[in-house]
Amino acid sequence: MKKIFLIIRREYLTRVKKRSFIVMTILGPLLMAAMVIIPVYLSTMSNETKNITVLDETGFFYGKFKDSDNIRFHYVVSDLNTSKENFDKSGDYALLYIPKTELSVPSSATLYASGQVNMNVKSYIRNIMSKQVEELKLEAKIQDLKLQGDSKATTTDILKSIQASVNIETIKIGKQGKEEKSYPEVSMVLAMFSGILIYMFIFMFGAQVMRGIIEEKTSRIVEVILSSVKPFQLMMGKIVGVAMVGLTQFLLWVILTTSIITVGTSFFMTKTHAKATTDQIMKSKTAGVMASQVPEGIVKEDNDTSTNEIFDAISSIDFPVMIGAFLFYFLFGYLLYAALFASVGSAVDSEADTQQFMLPITIPLVFSFIMAQFIIQEPTGPLAFWLSMIPLTSPVIMMIRIPYGVPYFQLVLSMVLLILGFIGTTWMAAKIYKTGILMYGKKPSYRELWKWIRY
Amino acid sequence: MNLFTANNITKQFANHRALDDVSISVPEGSIFGLLGPNGAGKTTFIRIVNQIIAPDSGEVLLKGKPLQPSDIEKIGYLPEERGLYKKMNVGEQALYLSQLKGLSRPEAIKRLKYWFEKFEITAWWNRKVEELSKGMQQKVQFLVTIIHEPELLIFDEPFSGFDPINVNLLKEEILELKKKGATIIFSTHNMASVEELCDHIALLNNSRKILDGNVWEIRKTYKTNSFEVHFTGFDGNLGTVLPPAFEILDQSSVNEHERAIIRLPEKAIPNELLALLLPHVRIVSVHEIIPNMNDIFIRTVTEKQNLVTSSLTGES
Repeated sequence: MKKIFLIIRREYLTRVKKRSFIVMTILGPLLMAAMVIIPVYLSTMSNETKNITVLDETGFFYGKFKDSDNIRFHYVVSDLNTSKENFDKSGDYALLYIPKTELSVPSSATLYASGQVNMNVKSYIRNIMSKQVEELKLEAKIQDLKLQGDSKATTTDILKSIQASVNIETIKIGKQGKEEKSYPEVSMVLAMFSGILIYMFIFMFGAQVMRGIIEEKTSRIVEVILSSVKPFQLMMGKIVGVAMVGLTQFLLWVILTTSIITVGTSFFMTKTHAKATTDQIMKSKTAGVMASQVPEGIVKEDNDTSTNEIFDAISSIDFPVMIGAFLFYFLFGYLLYAALFASVGSAVDSEADTQQFMLPITIPLVFSFIMAQFIIQEPTGPLAFWLSMIPLTSPVIMMIRIPYGVPYFQLVLSMVLLILGFIGTTWMAAKIYKTGILMYGKKPSYRELWKWIRY
Repeated sequence: MNLFTANNITKQFANHRALDDVSISVPEGSIFGLLGPNGAGKTTFIRIVNQIIAPDSGEVLLKGKPLQPSDIEKIGYLPEERGLYKKMNVGEQALYLSQLKGLSRPEAIKRLKYWFEKFEITAWWNRKVEELSKGMQQKVQFLVTIIHEPELLIFDEPFSGFDPINVNLLKEEILELKKKGATIIFSTHNMASVEELCDHIALLNNSRKILDGNVWEIRKTYKTNSFEVHFTGFDGNLGTVLPPAFEILDQSSVNEHERAIIRLPEKAIPNELLALLLPHVRIVSVHEIIPNMNDIFIRTVTEKQNLVTSSLTGES
């Protein structure tokens, strides 16, 4: 066991120290962050004044929306249908509709627009609304306390009870007045993104395992090492070591991307956000005076409205399951394929010879990737079901299905099958590896590989 | 006492039998030569000893006990096909390989420092392996083979790729290791080094052991009672002065004197030859011809092959 750790350590350290790893680690997040920041930046560049009509049925928000550099608010008193019609003709940017609620405090609003609504505008509105709602709640609470004469309530209690989260739904109005929810199909994006990520990860790092084994074979170090460790230890050490490299890279990407985006967006958004941010600072100052023992999370909450937005959008998705499943399929999908890649690496003498054996590995992977678009259209169909059960395709396909909701028994079954598949391929790969790694000269045929497995 | 014994080892690969009922014993503290033409089964045998592959039948004993996985740490193996990770630092790599042999990190560092200084490669500790010359890579490989001070050392063609100066250095180290009590198995084609270093040998051919024993004993059994005589003062054919029982294998003039190789009749001693020659020639030197390992190797292998061919043709 100690030796397998030594192998894992070497495989890990030599790869992490490589220049290509460092370059990839920095370049990846920059590219990903650029994909997020540039649209935000471009949207702040447009100085066009945006007219927003406010239809407030509650009456709490009259005059509360302050005009900013490029947002003008108009207040109307009318009903929703008339406003919509007017909005169509006016050419305004958006119509903000705050419906009357049963409860005393409103907590949701709808934003009608003809196009995609700018994130800045949305968070600007949300900021103002939640501030207003909190004030309302605080007032009500103080009234309450006065009535009850209760002095025991702590500031934390009060802060918690007035905490407001405002839900703004965006609806796109088409030319014919046809309405459609314009929420970017977060599920779809998420599904595709995680599917592609797993696909990429398997290919990139599986190929690294293969290349590492070919390197050991061609540099002829393999026999030196095999006099100290078992072939299986060497193979598993390499597979696990490379897996850890992959996880490290993934983790660094997540951390770097989020920090770049956070820094980047806050930098670009200062222009439009100037007012809102000063408001926030003011508020957090007063809050700071009020409660020194406030748990941090509470005050922070309204600082990151833009991330809230995404979380709002995917609140329908079972997140622990999503993340857990992602890590699971990420890891076991890789392990299953890495074993296959390892056996190919052991059977050949040079990378040029890998072609013929790569085919059976790439076909199921590429196939599941191509199938992804059909699965997205029908995530509960029989094709989706079967492909998410077969271990060779399940890592990609199941990740695509999960954002749409998958019954637990299917998920568990698929996971169990994947683990069994992993054990199966590793057993087979170990057999091929054991024989192949010491074979030089001739390129084996499939028949010979089969012989090695049974041997 | 034998440090290492292999009894009736048989190993069958898919298409051919690599070892057929091979038994070999290696006395403790000796240098043992494993000889044989290419494809005789030497590497397979060595891989079995190193537990890289398992025999189909037969047993391998180390100090009288069946080989255990943990015995790997008692064996040092320098394979014929050897290499290092090209992109890795020399020192780091040596450290890694030493740790794989069961040394703790601090202990490995301590020993490597000693050996790097001894082999004068300390300056290369932080260099990449690919920057090293082949001879220097071989040095690194050699020292990681012996770093854990194994009881049994196995060298497969250890001298290939070394220049004469480093071959000497290596020979000295090997003899030093023997002096310290290590037992060494040598697999080689280089017969000169076999005579120089080995105490015992085993000769493999076509997956079978065809000869084994003490080097000196083997050479003695192969001698043909032939003598090489150098003389002056006679330039005719020696056959005219010797009885026909004394077979003249070769006669030629070398520099200022004549040289003849004469095979004596069985049981005859060199004194008889000299008595016959003295009246006619002035003797410069006389010595017995003891066949070298190279001759024995070639003779034994070709004899066996002839035997096999003749028996095959006889059957058909």
